[in-house]
Amino acid sequence: MSQTTKQDILRVNDLKAYYQMNYFGVNREVRAVDGITMTVRKGEVYGIAGESSSGKTSFIKVLAAAIRPPLRVVSGTVEFDFKSGKIDVAHASPSEVERVRWRDLSYIMQGSMSVLNPVRKIGKTFRDFAFRPLGLSNEAFEARVIEHLRRLKLPPEVLNAFPHELSGGMRQRVTIGLATVCHPEFVIADEPTTALDVVVQKEVLGLIREIQQDMNSSVVFVTHDMSVHANMADRVGIIYAGRLVEEGPTREMFFAPKHPYTAHLVASLPRIGDTTQRPALEGRPPNLADPPQGCRFHPRCPLAVDKCRKDVPPLEQVGPDHRTACWRWQDVKPLVSPHVAHGVMA
Amino acid sequence: MFAVFRDLIRYNIEFAIGLILVGAVVIFACLSFFSPVDPSLIYMTIPDQPPSAQYWFGTNSRGQDMFWQLSAAMRNSLTFGLTVAVLSRIISIAVGLTAGYVGGWVDRVLMFINDIFVAIPIFPVLVLFYFVLRNNMDSLTLALIMACFGWPFDARLIRSVALGLKHREFTRHAVFAGMSTRKVLLEEHLPYVMPIVFATFMNNMLWSIGLEVTLAVLGFTNINNPTIGTSLYWANSHSAMVVGVWWWIAIPVAMIVITFIGLFLLAMSMNEYIDPRSRLRRMGA
Amino acid sequence: MQGYLVFVGKRLLQLLAVIFFGVSATFLVTHLSPISPVEAALGRMTARSVSNPEAIVAMRAALTELYGVEEPIITQYINFWARLVRGDFGPSLLAFPTPAMTLVMRALPWTVTLLTLATLITFVIGNVMGGLAGYSQNNRFLKAFGLVAIGIQPIPYYVVAFIMLIVFGFLWPVLPISGGFAMDVSPGFNWPYISSVIQHATLPALSLVLVGFGGWFLGMRALVSNIVTEDYVTYAELAGVKRSTIVTGYVMRNALVPQLTALAMALGGVFSGTVITEQVFNYPGLGSLLIDAVNAGDYSLVLAVSSVSVTAVAIAIFIVDLLYPILDPRVRAE
Repeated sequence: MSQTTKQDILRVNDLKAYYQMNYFGVNREVRAVDGITMTVRKGEVYGIAGESSSGKTSFIKVLAAAIRPPLRVVSGTVEFDFKSGKIDVAHASPSEVERVRWRDLSYIMQGSMSVLNPVRKIGKTFRDFAFRPLGLSNEAFEARVIEHLRRLKLPPEVLNAFPHELSGGMRQRVTIGLATVCHPEFVIADEPTTALDVVVQKEVLGLIREIQQDMNSSVVFVTHDMSVHANMADRVGIIYAGRLVEEGPTREMFFAPKHPYTAHLVASLPRIGDTTQRPALEGRPPNLADPPQGCRFHPRCPLAVDKCRKDVPPLEQVGPDHRTACWRWQDVKPLVSPHVAHGVMA
Repeated sequence: MFAVFRDLIRYNIEFAIGLILVGAVVIFACLSFFSPVDPSLIYMTIPDQPPSAQYWFGTNSRGQDMFWQLSAAMRNSLTFGLTVAVLSRIISIAVGLTAGYVGGWVDRVLMFINDIFVAIPIFPVLVLFYFVLRNNMDSLTLALIMACFGWPFDARLIRSVALGLKHREFTRHAVFAGMSTRKVLLEEHLPYVMPIVFATFMNNMLWSIGLEVTLAVLGFTNINNPTIGTSLYWANSHSAMVVGVWWWIAIPVAMIVITFIGLFLLAMSMNEYIDPRSRLRRMGA
Repeated sequence: MQGYLVFVGKRLLQLLAVIFFGVSATFLVTHLSPISPVEAALGRMTARSVSNPEAIVAMRAALTELYGVEEPIITQYINFWARLVRGDFGPSLLAFPTPAMTLVMRALPWTVTLLTLATLITFVIGNVMGGLAGYSQNNRFLKAFGLVAIGIQPIPYYVVAFIMLIVFGFLWPVLPISGGFAMDVSPGFNWPYISSVIQHATLPALSLVLVGFGGWFLGMRALVSNIVTEDYVTYAELAGVKRSTIVTGYVMRNALVPQLTALAMALGGVFSGTVITEQVFNYPGLGSLLIDAVNAGDYSLVLAVSSVSVTAVAIAIFIVDLLYPILDPRVRAE
């Protein structure tokens, strides 16, 4: 499934983005993204996993050039290679970002209920978002939107509806439609299926995948739900405490994880008929305002040794396309048998 | 509570300014306890003296030393505002907490009554009361009447907070532990709404003192009771502006403005502090 | 559509309740008072040496019927309503034998016009400026505007009107400070009259606007600074939607919904402010009439003005409420 021959469309180099706050005299610095390096290829679906407040949402906000104070990029680059030219969205001016926005780079925000203006009809919202980037005549624009909605299995009548008149699944399809109507080269999606019921989830995932293949665009999406990664992603990256701890082709990540945290995430997936006791991960995710020394996972890691408490493990190549940041990656054993993992992938 | 005030003074310039203004006014009002003259007596000094070293605020056409006169007036006006605020807070807390916690038809009935009170224009009603009561209308009666009209906005605010508290864990614990409704409201919920009560307290004082000034200027209160409003009433009735006794008008007006801006700044900065969104920002969540 | 009708029905019920309770309260106040209204009013009449015996007889008859002591209180109450519905408050003492209602109706247009104009100007200026200030929080001019708003907003209507009177009456007399129009023009549709009306309305309206805009400004600024953090605004900004569209269609449009509710709730207070301002500038509206009536001890007129005020404000609130579903599609659908 991995497409090694393809060209990179996104290169992230040693990205650091911190929340810096001063409110009523309390100074805080939260290192939400603390040195991430990764690439995404053309036409690839890249999944990012991690528990809440691991910095995964902050990371893709930087990718989407969607950061606001108090979140700031401290160092590093986020370079996109679009057909229209290269751009480093971490340092580009607002007007440069404006140029690629929606036409080349679009974003599906978390929470389909709250991303649509409650007092605006869907049709008007489409016009606000896509009319300028598409640059079509009125009739052509209308036709394009209706055609796109049909592909998302939405009737043209939704254009005349207000958000509250649609069901949750319809709303989510509308937001996907908004983000993809311009056929962007790169789509970023934040928890695109959270808060939807399982049936709708499956349908929405299928749609994203379908549209992505139609347009041959690249997708980066974030979710804590490993089964979504299993169904969607070509490659998966795991973020823990603001750092990328493992990255590899989806199958390998599920069958042969090389980081104890990944092994734990895969093992915690619920499966029908599986009654074995799953080892719970002790402790809490680290406080990003004051992260632990050495490997940030060591306080919760069953394999931790002295070295882990002192030295930060680098992200090393451990196989084709597979990198991990663990001193003891050779000792990591999958916590579930391959055939069980296979069940998830199906 | 103390820590909150310390934080506000240190980091919120509006609160600090408000506190200084209100503090100055309160100190000035308290001076009246040491007043060498009875503020109700007239022709005690030479009339119409401009402000000087002897008479800091001048004297008025009724032969009163404006400094001591206004000090007593300020005390009466503040006392009046406090009385109305305390009384109307009691009503708004009772209505707001009950409506929010009990819910159902009790809530609907209370809010229906609430909306009726909101819709009735208070000024004609107060004039009507004065018209009927005439000289029986003293400041306590007026305070009582105004308290009856000063609660609905804040009751609604408190209700919305109480609605949120109702489903919180600690409320359920209290109910399971067999606490009576009255006890849940007074011991569990009241502390949560106290910050709002404080902020609305200031706003309510603004409102009631302002209305008292208005009624007094028109002569619709007990004009022999010195307040900021009655000071202006006497100044008007002696045509102070035309005669050129400008300090008789300018100083009380300046004082009202100082008091009001001070109270308003306190209310505003406390509101901002209470607002859950800014609190979230403060916590860095 | 059905949702809208239910909404209108509920509001109509509320309107009737407000009128019912408000007017009943005026009845109760006058009846629970320790002083007999009839004798008090007549006493004051003779004290003010109104020597027209015909007036006194007519007054006594009207007052006795309105609040008369002979009948049981329930009958009085019903009679009171019967007169009210007919709009008959008996003759006014102030301008005997003109019916009190005629005086009220003569004054009402002045108040309604002043109040409507001032409220509209205040609401528009305050909300537009407040919206901009909330959206672009670092704009110096808007910050200064906010400081002015904070400075003026808490000052009571009376004091602001009074300061305007001093400034434009004594220090810099450029505008008329008293009356509704100049004595030497004839009322009608002619330019001298209209311009005179506008000139006379300027100061009262200006003081109402000065006090009023701050509340809307600060309210809107607070609302908007919360709304700009809403997902749909962030998302539209990310999508590169035109700034003007975001400010109007996304931010202000959503803030307008609670502001309209606030307008309905504020009308009672604004009305009180108008009444007071009118008195300061001797404007021929309900406020001046009410205060003249109180000073003259004119019972019928005081009751007429109070009842009409309560009713008029309730109707105004009802009208504002009807606009609410137009702004908020969620109410329509319910």
